[in-house]
Amino acid sequence: MKNKLFEKYFVFSPYFWLVLFFFIPLAIIFKISISVSEWGMPPYQDIFLFDNGFKINTSFENYVYIFSDYYYIGSFVNSLILALISTIFCLVIGFPLAFYIATSNIGLRNILLVLVVIPFWSSFLLRVYAWKIILQNNGILNVILLNLGITSEPLQLLYNQYAVIMGIVYTYLPLMILPLYGYLNKFDLNLIEASKDLGLNRFKTFFKVILPLSVPGIVAGSLLVFIPVVGEFIIPEMLGGSDRLYYGKILWEEFFVNRNWPGASALAFSGIIILVLPIVIFQILYSRWSQKNEI
Amino acid sequence: MKSSLIKSIVIFLGLFYLYFPILVLIFYSFNENKRVMVWKGFSLRWYNELFNNEQIIEAFIISIKIAALSATFATILGVMIGYSLVRIRKIPFKSFYIFLSSTPLVLPELILGLSMLLFFISLNNVIGFPSSRGQLTIFISHVTFCIAFVAIIIQARLTDFNKNIEEAAMDLGYNYTKVLYKITLPIILPSIIAGWLLAFTISLDDLVVASFTTGPGANTLPIVVFSKVRLGLSPEVNALSAILMFALIIIGLFYFYFNKKFKH
Repeated sequence: MKNKLFEKYFVFSPYFWLVLFFFIPLAIIFKISISVSEWGMPPYQDIFLFDNGFKINTSFENYVYIFSDYYYIGSFVNSLILALISTIFCLVIGFPLAFYIATSNIGLRNILLVLVVIPFWSSFLLRVYAWKIILQNNGILNVILLNLGITSEPLQLLYNQYAVIMGIVYTYLPLMILPLYGYLNKFDLNLIEASKDLGLNRFKTFFKVILPLSVPGIVAGSLLVFIPVVGEFIIPEMLGGSDRLYYGKILWEEFFVNRNWPGASALAFSGIIILVLPIVIFQILYSRWSQKNEI
Repeated sequence: MKSSLIKSIVIFLGLFYLYFPILVLIFYSFNENKRVMVWKGFSLRWYNELFNNEQIIEAFIISIKIAALSATFATILGVMIGYSLVRIRKIPFKSFYIFLSSTPLVLPELILGLSMLLFFISLNNVIGFPSSRGQLTIFISHVTFCIAFVAIIIQARLTDFNKNIEEAAMDLGYNYTKVLYKITLPIILPSIIAGWLLAFTISLDDLVVASFTTGPGANTLPIVVFSKVRLGLSPEVNALSAILMFALIIIGLFYFYFNKKFKH
């Protein structure tokens, strides 16, 4: 009897907290996203009206409004492209690093791993700020370029989409390296030797042996980078310019500047449906698939 | 021979890339000049100004307070989730439970922040609480999204360790509660500390969710820093970065120590 009570306490305390402070807030976003907007405070009408008998007062006009305006769709597409490019860069930089760390001897491996993770522990905001210093017109990168004679006058490196990509790749790189390392660390390095002995050249060994075995790590790392980058707000705000608008910025402005709560809620809920839901489904399917194939 | 040279070069370039910006930041914090980028000479001037900046000091204290409290709550609830998922078989609507405890990991912070803010506003309309937003609402939001990070660490540890120890203790006459407090919790203690440290830094570092749920008298450190550097550079923030980087790196090393301890 006592065990039962105890188990209930363990299961239901966090259950209660998460339903109240996580699930209900998501439900409220959905509720406001299908409300009719109006001028006032709060800037939307109730969905249940009781004044003349019971009436449900909902509307999908916020969604129609978002999906018919290129301003919103375009910024969402921009964010997806940004996330894709950043993920590819993180993969290209992170993979060789993770691979060489995983193939080092054990003492060196632990030291390198700590060294890779340490920057990730330091403040995110300040790491972005560091790039703002580096990319200034009179910043260190421009000084180097000028001294090498590559340019004759300082380049405008800051406040454009390339600076945003720089900042994102830098801050998210450890999130790519860690899962990659986790999987690369697991597999038997003799496989590489074996494939070389069997006459495969380096190129073939990479594509036929190393790459297929690291697919789970690539998937995990890519998801960890891709999803948060789509919703990223701070980096474009600090390093980006007006050349490109992103989903995070649009959502922020719709809420804080335009005070269009139903619109912002519809944007947020669309983000959940388009971005998070497929990934949750994908992860469930993927874990089933990998269990079946024993990866 | 050739491949080990490539290996060394790749690792060197990778580490250089990761540390160069941090070193630049620390280097310029010792610059005398008010214009951050123009070097004028070595000085501790900005450290001095930083310690006399009441706004930053106050924000720092608020941030530490919120981070310590929310990390503690998130750790308690996260341990409960990790334990439930691995050791308790009967969880009502288990997939919903998993959904609730893992989605905060993948949900963009912006969406989480917006949902929390609209929740607090709606709650205030219904029951008149919280009448204004501030430290309490940031605390609640931080607990909510830190739980998932703690839960995942605890879950991994409990899956790793041998259940037989617990069963042996049970056979020797320990009851359920005693097994938990005398066997299970001491064994996973390093992971609990690691989880707390992770939650602490996540809360300390959070800007987006805090910006949504903040109110009068609750400007956390990232909010103050962001307002200073959003449009330009600030020498005081450079000095702050150097100190903060140092402190966070120490916390990171502790995390590593506790998280690895279990395996050895």
